[in-house]
Amino acid sequence: MIDFYRVSASEIAKNVKSGDWSATDVAKQYLDRINKINPSLNAFINLHDEIMEVAQKVDEKRKAGKPLGKLAGVPVAVKDNMCEKGKLTTSCSKVLKGYKPPYNATVIDKLLDADAIPMGKTNMDEFAMGSSNETSIYGPVNNPYDKDRIPGGSSGGSAAAIAAGLVPLALGSDTGGSIRQPASLCGIAGIKPTNGRVSRYGLMAYSSSLDQIGPFARNINDTALMLEVISGFDLKDSTSINTPVPEYTAQKATSLKGTRIGVPRALLKDGLEIDVKNAIEKNAIENLKALGAEIVDIELPHAKYGIAAYYLVATAEASSNLGRYDGIHYGYRSENIKDLASVYTNSRSEGFGREVKRRIILGTFSLSSGYYDQYYNKATKVRRLILNDYLEAFKKADVILTPTSPCCAFKKGEKSADPIQMYLSDIYTVCNNLSGLPGISVNCGVSSIGLPIGMQLTGKAFGEGELCKVVSAFESATNYHQITPNI
Amino acid sequence: MEYEATIGLEVHCQLATATKLFCGCTTLFAQEPNSQTCPVCLGHPGVLPVLNHKALQLAIKAGLAIGCDIKLFSKFDRKNYFYPDSPKAYQITQYDQPYALNGSIVITNKGKEKTLRLERIHIEEDAGKLIHSEYGSGSLVDLNRAGTPLIEIVSKPDMVNSDEAYLYLVQLKQILKYNGVSDCEMQEGSLRCDANVSVKPVGQTKYGTRVEIKNLNSFRYVQQAIDYEIVRQIAAIKEGKSIVQETRLWDVNLARTEPMRSKEGAHDYRYFPEPDLPCVLLEQKEVDEINSTVAEHPLHRKNRLVTQYELSEYDAIQLTEEKEIVDYFENAALKFNKPKEIANWILNDILSYLNNKNLKIVDFPISLDDMVELWSLIENNTINKKIAREKVFQAMLETKQKPSLIIEKEGLAGKNDIGEIRVWVEEVIAKNPKAVEDIKAGKEKARGSIVGQVMKASKGLANPQIVNELIDQILK
Repeated sequence: MIDFYRVSASEIAKNVKSGDWSATDVAKQYLDRINKINPSLNAFINLHDEIMEVAQKVDEKRKAGKPLGKLAGVPVAVKDNMCEKGKLTTSCSKVLKGYKPPYNATVIDKLLDADAIPMGKTNMDEFAMGSSNETSIYGPVNNPYDKDRIPGGSSGGSAAAIAAGLVPLALGSDTGGSIRQPASLCGIAGIKPTNGRVSRYGLMAYSSSLDQIGPFARNINDTALMLEVISGFDLKDSTSINTPVPEYTAQKATSLKGTRIGVPRALLKDGLEIDVKNAIEKNAIENLKALGAEIVDIELPHAKYGIAAYYLVATAEASSNLGRYDGIHYGYRSENIKDLASVYTNSRSEGFGREVKRRIILGTFSLSSGYYDQYYNKATKVRRLILNDYLEAFKKADVILTPTSPCCAFKKGEKSADPIQMYLSDIYTVCNNLSGLPGISVNCGVSSIGLPIGMQLTGKAFGEGELCKVVSAFESATNYHQITPNI
Repeated sequence: MEYEATIGLEVHCQLATATKLFCGCTTLFAQEPNSQTCPVCLGHPGVLPVLNHKALQLAIKAGLAIGCDIKLFSKFDRKNYFYPDSPKAYQITQYDQPYALNGSIVITNKGKEKTLRLERIHIEEDAGKLIHSEYGSGSLVDLNRAGTPLIEIVSKPDMVNSDEAYLYLVQLKQILKYNGVSDCEMQEGSLRCDANVSVKPVGQTKYGTRVEIKNLNSFRYVQQAIDYEIVRQIAAIKEGKSIVQETRLWDVNLARTEPMRSKEGAHDYRYFPEPDLPCVLLEQKEVDEINSTVAEHPLHRKNRLVTQYELSEYDAIQLTEEKEIVDYFENAALKFNKPKEIANWILNDILSYLNNKNLKIVDFPISLDDMVELWSLIENNTINKKIAREKVFQAMLETKQKPSLIIEKEGLAGKNDIGEIRVWVEEVIAKNPKAVEDIKAGKEKARGSIVGQVMKASKGLANPQIVNELIDQILK
C-alpha cells in the first residue's frame, strides 16, 4: 500500500486521473490519518460527513469516461472562514455557533469543479484575528514540530494539517500574514496572491481591502497547482481582476541567472531572532546566489509604518464587517435579552472573543467622527507610500526577499498577554497586504532547536508566476522543503 | 418680529429596475415576506455586492433630467448602524463623492416661476421592513425590500413655504415618471420624502436650527407637516424657547409633529469607502448616450403644445401631467389634424373613462386607429358629436368594434337630408307658436327648445347645423 500522505498532490491527481489509484483509497487513508493524528494537533475542527461519497463520485466520473479536473481525488482542507453550503462554517467564533452557509464560496466551487475532495474545516484564530491560532473558540492548534508551540496564525489549522501530512493541499486566508506566517512557522509553502487574483466571494470578511485567499502545500509545484485552480476573475467579486491565469505549475527553473533579488538590508538589522537572520543570510541568500541570482540592496523606507497602518485599516474594516453578527439574523443570540439594544449588546459581548472585541473597538474608534482623517484616511495614504516603495524597488529587483516572521514558533501563551508583541509578528508580512502585492513563504532552514524558518519572496502585482519560478529553482538546489516533523 | 421659513427636501426614490442594486433578486412589491432574497441581500457572511449597472444608468438619467452635473468619478461608502432591517449593519451609499451635483426644479407658484436648486443626488440601497405584527410582542423582519436601488435627491434650502415644497415634489415626480426612473408610488414607498424645516427672523442670513420631519407618506402630509412645524417653531421662539435640532415624525391622526423617541440624532455613522466595490468610473460617451434618451422636459413640452397645436395653457398642463397621455395626444395629432378636438376628447371622454375604471392610458381598450376613425366620421358629418360621444364611443368601449360598424348596426348615422329634416323642423315650429314668437323677438334662448325637440324627433340623428339653418330659413 502506498503511503499517500507522503506523495504530492500532483502525483495523486495524476494517478487518480489515470485510474492507477482510486480517489476512494486516497480519501480513506487520509481520513484514517486525520482521525489518528488530528487529536494531538487540533488542526481540523470539523470533518465532512460525506467525504467518501464525494471520492466515490470522482472515481465513478472517471469510470464513466469523463475527464477529471486538476485536483482529481486530492484531499483538501479549508479554513473555517470559507463558506461551504450546508456545512458548519464559523470562523472559529461563538458568534457563528451552528451557522451553516446557504451557499458555496467561489473557491469551494472551483475546488469541487477540479474534483478535489474537501475533507473538512481547519482551525484558525477567531475571524482570522491573530498570529498564533490561540483565539479560536475551538482552542489552540499545536505546532507539529513542537506541540507546546503555536503553529502561527491565523490559518494555523491549515498550515499544521499540511506540515503533519493530514492533507496535501489546504486553503488559508491572509489579511496581514495569515497564510505566510503559519507557513513559515510550520515549515511549508504558502502564497498570499495579489489582491484581486482569487475571488473573495464566500470568504467571511475580516478586512475586505486586505483579505486574500491562498494555498498551502509542502512544495512549490503543489502550491502552484492549487493557486492555478482557485485563481481567476469572478463576477461575484467586484474587486477581483480580469486578467488571465498563467499556468503556475509551468513556471519552473533550475537556474536564476538574470534574476535580481532585492534585499531590504535595513529591515534585517534588528528585531529578529538570530537563527532567522542566519537562515536568511546563509541558507536563502547564499543558495539563491549560487543559483545565479543577483542580490541587490533595496530600501523600503515606509515599511516601518506598515504595522500601524495595517492595524488601523484592518480594525476599521473589521468593525464594519463584523456588524452583521448581531444576534438577529443568524448565529448566536444571547439568552439574556429584554429589548433590541440588549439583543445586540449581549449577543455580541458573549459571542465575540477578547481579541475580536479589542479590534472592533479599535476600528470603531478610528472611524469615529473627527478621527477619520487622522487614522483611517492617513493609513490609506501610508498604503500608497508603501506601494510606491515597492514600485521603486522593483526598478532594481525582480523579487524581494525578507524573512517571513521575525521569530520561530513561540510557546503557547508566550505573547497572548501582550498584543503589541503579537502584532509585531506580522512586521514582514503586512506590507504585502497593504500594497496588494503577492508574497510566498517557503522553508529555508531550521533553528538551533529544530523549528522551521521561512523566507518570504514578494513579487510584482500578478507576479505569482515569477515567485513560483524562483522557488522551484531554490527547491531544485536545496532540500529545506523536504524537512518534516516527527509525528 | 416677523419670521420666515427655510425648507429643504430629501426625496428617496426607488429606481424602476427589475433587480436589486447589488444582487440579482427581483424588486417586486407585495410578495411573500423574505421570498425575494438571496445570501447577498440577506447579508450573510462572505457575500459581496455587485453593482447593478442598469440602476446606475437610471440614476444618471434622473440626474440628467433634473439638469445635474454627472460626475465621471464617484464612489460608494458604508454608513454603519445597527437596526434589524439592515442585515449587514451598514448601508451602502454615496457619502462625500456622489454621482450627481447641482441641478434644479422650476416651479410656477401663483403664476410666478421660481427655480429651486438641488444640492446632489446619490445612489444607495434600501433597507428591509419591520412588521410590528399580530404575532405577540415581537417584530418581524421582511428583507424583500433590502437592497432595492434608491436615489436620494437632496434640494438646497431654497423653499420658503409649504406650497413651494408641494410644487417641487409634483414637478420632481413628473420628471422622474417622464423618464421611467421610478413609478413614484408613495403608497408603495417607491417615493419617500423627509423635510428639513427651520425658521429665522425675516432678512437674517444665518439659518435657524433645523428640524427633520419624517414619516411623510403623501405630498399633502408634507405640506401639512411643514405648515405645522413652521407655526410650532415660530411660537416656540416667541415664547423664548430654543429649537432643538432633532428628528420629528408626522402623526397623521393628531395632525402634528412629534419628537422621535430613539436616539437617532446621536448616531455616528462612521462612514468610510466601501472596500468591496471599485470606484465608479464613467465615460462621457456613456453619459452622452443616456442623455440622448432623456425625455423632453414636461415644462418644455407643455409650452410646445401651446405654440405648436395652439392649445390653451390649461389644456396643455392637463395633457402633460403624464407622459403617456401627452404621447397619446401627439400620436393622435399625427393621424388626425384637429389637435384641439383631440385634446377635448382626451381630457373629457378618455380620461374620465380611465379614471372611472382606474386604468392608465396605455390600458385604454380602443385602438388609436379606431378613435381616429370616429373623429373622422364626426368631421365628415357621418355622425354628430353628441351621438359619437354618448352612443358610439360607449359602444366601442363595450364591444371593441369599429365605429363605422357600430353606426351601421345601430343606425346611428347622422341625417343630413334637408328635406327629411325640414319635415321635423316644420312640425316642431307648428307646435310651438310661443317659442317662435320669442325667437322672433330676439330671445335666442327659445331656439334651444326648438332645436332640442327637432333632435328628439330625429332620435338625435339630425345634423344640428342643418337644423339651425332651417330654423333661420323658415322663420325669416
